[in-house]
Amino acid sequence: MDWAETLILLSPQLLLVVWALLVLGLDLVVKKTKDGLAYLALAGLAPPLGAAIYLLARGTAQPVLSGMVQVDAFSLYFTIIACLASGLVILASMEYMKARTRYRGEFYGLMLLATLAMTLMAASSNLIMIYLSIEFMSLTSYVLVGYFRDDPKSSEGGLKYFLFGAVTSSLMLYGMSLMYGATGTTDLNGIASALAGMQATMAPWRFVFLPAILLMLAGFSFKMALVPFHQWAPDAYEGAPTPVATLLSVGPKAMGFAVLLRVLLTAVPHFQFDWVAILMGISLVTMTLGNLTAMRQTNIKRMLAYSSIAQAGYILVGIVSIVPFTVGIHGVLFYLMAYLFTNGGVFIAVIAFSHVTNSDEIEDYTGLVRRAPALAAVMVVFFMSLAGLPPTAGFVGKLLVFGAAVQAGYYYLAIIGVLNSVISVAYYFNVVRRMFFLPPPTEERLALPRFPMIAVLISVVLVLIIGLYPQPLIDLVSRSVTILAMVP
Amino acid sequence: MEGFPILTIITFTPLLGALVILALPRDNERTIKLFAILLSLIPLVLAMVVWFNYDFQAGTLQFTEEYQWIPTLNIKYRMGVDGLSVPMVFLTALLTVVSLYYSSHVIKVRVKEYFFFFLLLEMGMMGVFTSLDFFLFYVFWEIGLVPMYFLIGVWGGERREYAAIKFFLYTLTGSVLMLLAILAMFFTEGTFDIIEMASRQPFSESFLLQALAFWGLFVAFAIKVPLFPFHTWLPDAHVEAPTAGSVILAGVLLKLGCYGFLRILLPIFPQAFQVYAPIVALLALISIVYGALVSMAQWDLKKLIAYSSVNHMGYVILGVSAAAYAGANMASDPALLDSATIAVNGAVMQMFNHGIITGGLFLLVGVIYERTHTRDLKAFGGLGTKVPIYYAVMLTTVLASLGLPGLAGFVAEFMVFRGAIAIIPVMTAIAGIGVVVTAAFFLWKVIQGMFLGPLNEKWANLPDMERYEVLCMAPLIFFMALFGLYPVPIINIMNNTVHSMLHTLSLMIGG
Repeated sequence: MDWAETLILLSPQLLLVVWALLVLGLDLVVKKTKDGLAYLALAGLAPPLGAAIYLLARGTAQPVLSGMVQVDAFSLYFTIIACLASGLVILASMEYMKARTRYRGEFYGLMLLATLAMTLMAASSNLIMIYLSIEFMSLTSYVLVGYFRDDPKSSEGGLKYFLFGAVTSSLMLYGMSLMYGATGTTDLNGIASALAGMQATMAPWRFVFLPAILLMLAGFSFKMALVPFHQWAPDAYEGAPTPVATLLSVGPKAMGFAVLLRVLLTAVPHFQFDWVAILMGISLVTMTLGNLTAMRQTNIKRMLAYSSIAQAGYILVGIVSIVPFTVGIHGVLFYLMAYLFTNGGVFIAVIAFSHVTNSDEIEDYTGLVRRAPALAAVMVVFFMSLAGLPPTAGFVGKLLVFGAAVQAGYYYLAIIGVLNSVISVAYYFNVVRRMFFLPPPTEERLALPRFPMIAVLISVVLVLIIGLYPQPLIDLVSRSVTILAMVP
Repeated sequence: MEGFPILTIITFTPLLGALVILALPRDNERTIKLFAILLSLIPLVLAMVVWFNYDFQAGTLQFTEEYQWIPTLNIKYRMGVDGLSVPMVFLTALLTVVSLYYSSHVIKVRVKEYFFFFLLLEMGMMGVFTSLDFFLFYVFWEIGLVPMYFLIGVWGGERREYAAIKFFLYTLTGSVLMLLAILAMFFTEGTFDIIEMASRQPFSESFLLQALAFWGLFVAFAIKVPLFPFHTWLPDAHVEAPTAGSVILAGVLLKLGCYGFLRILLPIFPQAFQVYAPIVALLALISIVYGALVSMAQWDLKKLIAYSSVNHMGYVILGVSAAAYAGANMASDPALLDSATIAVNGAVMQMFNHGIITGGLFLLVGVIYERTHTRDLKAFGGLGTKVPIYYAVMLTTVLASLGLPGLAGFVAEFMVFRGAIAIIPVMTAIAGIGVVVTAAFFLWKVIQGMFLGPLNEKWANLPDMERYEVLCMAPLIFFMALFGLYPVPIINIMNNTVHSMLHTLSLMIGG
C-alpha cells in the first residue's frame, strides 16, 4: 500500500495529533484570549469527524501500520462517537472551566489527545497497540480527572483512578503476555488462526487461554467500569471536573466496548461459550449492583456514576446475546450512540446547573422547574432515555439489546434486565420528583450558561430524533458491523 | 373519507396543542385554558365523524393508514379502528373535553404545565386505541404514563408523591414484561403487526413459550385494569389524583388494560387463554366480590368509588374470560358463539359505560370536595334539601353505576351475565353477589349517608352545583340515559367486530 493511502486512512488520527499540538503550542504563546483556544479545539474536531464520515462512506477495511491498526467501518463508527463526545464536552466546558481554573489551554489540548486515544483504541488490532492505546487513554484521563489540583476531591479521584488503572492494566498486560507466549503472535487475526490450529479449547491449552482471556477482560472492564472493576468510577466522577466525568462516562466507556468486541470476535471467537458465560454473569451483577447502589446516592454525579455502571451492564446484554444473530451487536453499537447523547446530555445539564449553583447535591435540584424550566424539562427527557422509556433513543437501544437476549433465548437475562430498568426509574424519577413536585427554596431564576445549554439542546433533539426515527442510525450501525459479522 | 388520515389527526392534534401551549406565555392563563378546550374539541368532532362513518355492517378495520417506519425491524406506522376501538376513541375524546373544561375552572396553579401534560396524556391514550402495530402501541402505552405521573404528583392530594411513583412503577413493571412478550413474538414471527400476529398464532408449536408470553402480557394488562391482586396502586392513585386526573384514570386508563385483553390477548393467544380462562375468570370474580366488599368498608368517598372500579372492571374481564373459555368449542356450537359474543359485547359496553359513569362519579366527588374540603362520608348528612341539583345528578349517576334498569350500567352488566352464565355458570352466579353489595353500599353509604337523614349544620350554607359543573355532567348523564334506554347504536358498532373475531379465533384453534 502506498504511503498516501495510509495517510488518508489515518487522517482522523493525524489531524487530531496536529491539532492537539497546535492547541498546546498556542497555549504557550497566547496569554490573553484563552477562550479562543476552546473554540479552536472545538473546530479541530470537525476535520477528523469529516474524515471519518468520508472514510465510512467510502467503505474501507484495511490493516495499516503493519497490522497494528485496522481502519474499517467499525473503528470509524467509534471514531465518530469519540469526536462527537469530545465536541459536546468541549462545548459544555467553556464557561465552567473559565470560572474555575486559569490553566485552560492544556485542558483543551488534553481533551484532543484523549480523543486521539479513543480513536486509536477503536482501531487497534494488535495486542501491543491495544495496550498502548488503553494506557494512552488512561494517562490523559488521570491528568484530566485530577485537573483541579487545589481541590482535594479532584486529586483524590485522580489518584484512585490511577491506582485502579495501574493494577488493571498490569493484569491485562499479564493476560496479553500469556496469549503471546502460547500463540507466538500479538496480532488479533493471527491469534485466531493460531487458536484454530491447536485445539485451544481443550485441556491443557484451555488452562492457559482462559486465564489469559480473563486477565485481559479485567483491563477492558476497568475502562467500561464493569463490576468488580467499577469502584473508581463514583469517586473519579465526583471529584473530576464535571466535563471530564462526562467524557469518561461516554467516551472511554464506549471505546472499552469497541476493544472488547474486536478482541472477542476477532481473536477468541473459539472461546465463545466461555466468554458468553462470564460476561453474562458480569452483566447481571453490574446492572443490578449499579442500580441498587445508585438508589442510595445523594450526590447527582455519584448517582449518575452508578447509573452509568448499570448502563454498561445493559450494553453487555447485547454482547452476550451476540450469537447466533446480529441483533445483539447492532444493539450494542446503537446503544452506545444513544447513550452518548443521553448520558452526555444529562451530565452537561448537571454542568449547567452546578456552574450556577456550585452544587451537585440532588437536594438542591428541588423545585428546579420554577427556577429553570427548560433545564428541568430536558432532564426529564434524558432520564426517560436512560430508563428506556419511549419515545427516546434509550428506548430503541434497550429494545435492541433486550430483543437480542430474547432472540438468543436468554429469557431470564432479558427479564432481569427490564426489571432493572424499572428499578432505575425509582432513582431517576426521584430527581424528577424533586424538580417538579416540591416547591423551590427560592424563586430566583437561574442564569444558565450559554454553551452548555447549546450542547444540551443538541443532545435532547438527537435523543428524540433517534428515538422517533431510528432507521438512519440503524442503517449506519449495520454498515459498521459487517466487518465483524464473521462470527463462527 | 378515503385517504384522509383521520386517525392520525385525532391522535396528534393533542400533541400539536401541547406544543403550542408550551410556546404560550405562562401568565396568560385564560388563553391557555380556552385554547386547550377548543383544541380538544377537534378530536371529539373527528371521533364522532369516525363513529358515524364507520361501516358497522362490515365490522372490519377501517380508516386504516400504513407507512414505512423502521424497515429493518419491519416496524410500520399502522393505524386503524374497528368496533372495539371506535367507542373507546369517542370515550377518550369526550372525557378529555369534559376534564379540560372542568379543570379550567378548578386548576389555579401551574396552569400551563397542567394543560400541556393533559393534552400529552390524551395523545397517548388515543394512540393506544388507534395503533395496530406493537411498536407503536407500546410507544403510546408508555407515553401516557409520564403525563399521568406528573398530573398526580404535581396537582394531587397530600400523599401525591407516593401515589405518583407507585402508579408509575406498577404500570411500568407490567409494561416491560409486555415488551419482552412483544419482542419474543417478533423474533418468531418477524412482524410487529397486531392483526397479522393474530392470524399467525405465535408459538403454536410450543405451549410453554405461549404460556410465558401470555402471562407476560396478562400481567401488563391486569395491572392496568386492575385485576385482583394487581390493584393496590389504584386506590392510592385515584385518591391522590386531581379530580380530572381521576376522571381520566377511571374513565380511560383502566380501559387500556381491558382493551389489551380484547385486542391482543384474546385474538393472539386464544389457545393459552382457553386453558387459563378459569384462573383469569376466578381473578375477575375475586375482583368483583372483593372490590365490592372493600368498597363498602370505605368512609372516604373517593376511595369508595375507586374500589367500586375494581368491582366494575371485574365484570369486563369476566365477560372476556368467559368468551376465552368457550374458545374452540364455539366453532361447532353456534349457541355458545352467540353467548360469548353477548358476553364480550357486554364487556366492551361496560368499558364505555364505566368510563362515563365512574368518570361522572369522580367529577361529583370533585364538586363536593371543592366546597367542603372533605370526602369523609360521616361528615355529611341531609344534603338532599340543601343541594337539590347535586342530589339529583349524584342519584342518577349512582343508580347508573349500581346497575338500575333504564340506565347504561344495567345493560352492560346484564349482557355480561347473560353471556357468561351460559359458559361459566357457577362463577357468574357468584359474581351476582357483587351487584347486590354494590347496590347496598352506594345506596346506604353514598345516598343515605350524604343526602338523607338530619342535616349536618356545618353545611347549612352549602352552595349547589354551578353552571359549569352541570355542563360537565350533562353529556355524561345524556349517554347514561341514552344507552340505558336505547343501547342499539353502541351494540351495533361493536357487534359484528366481536362476532367475527370470536368466530375466527374459534376456527383457528378448533379447526
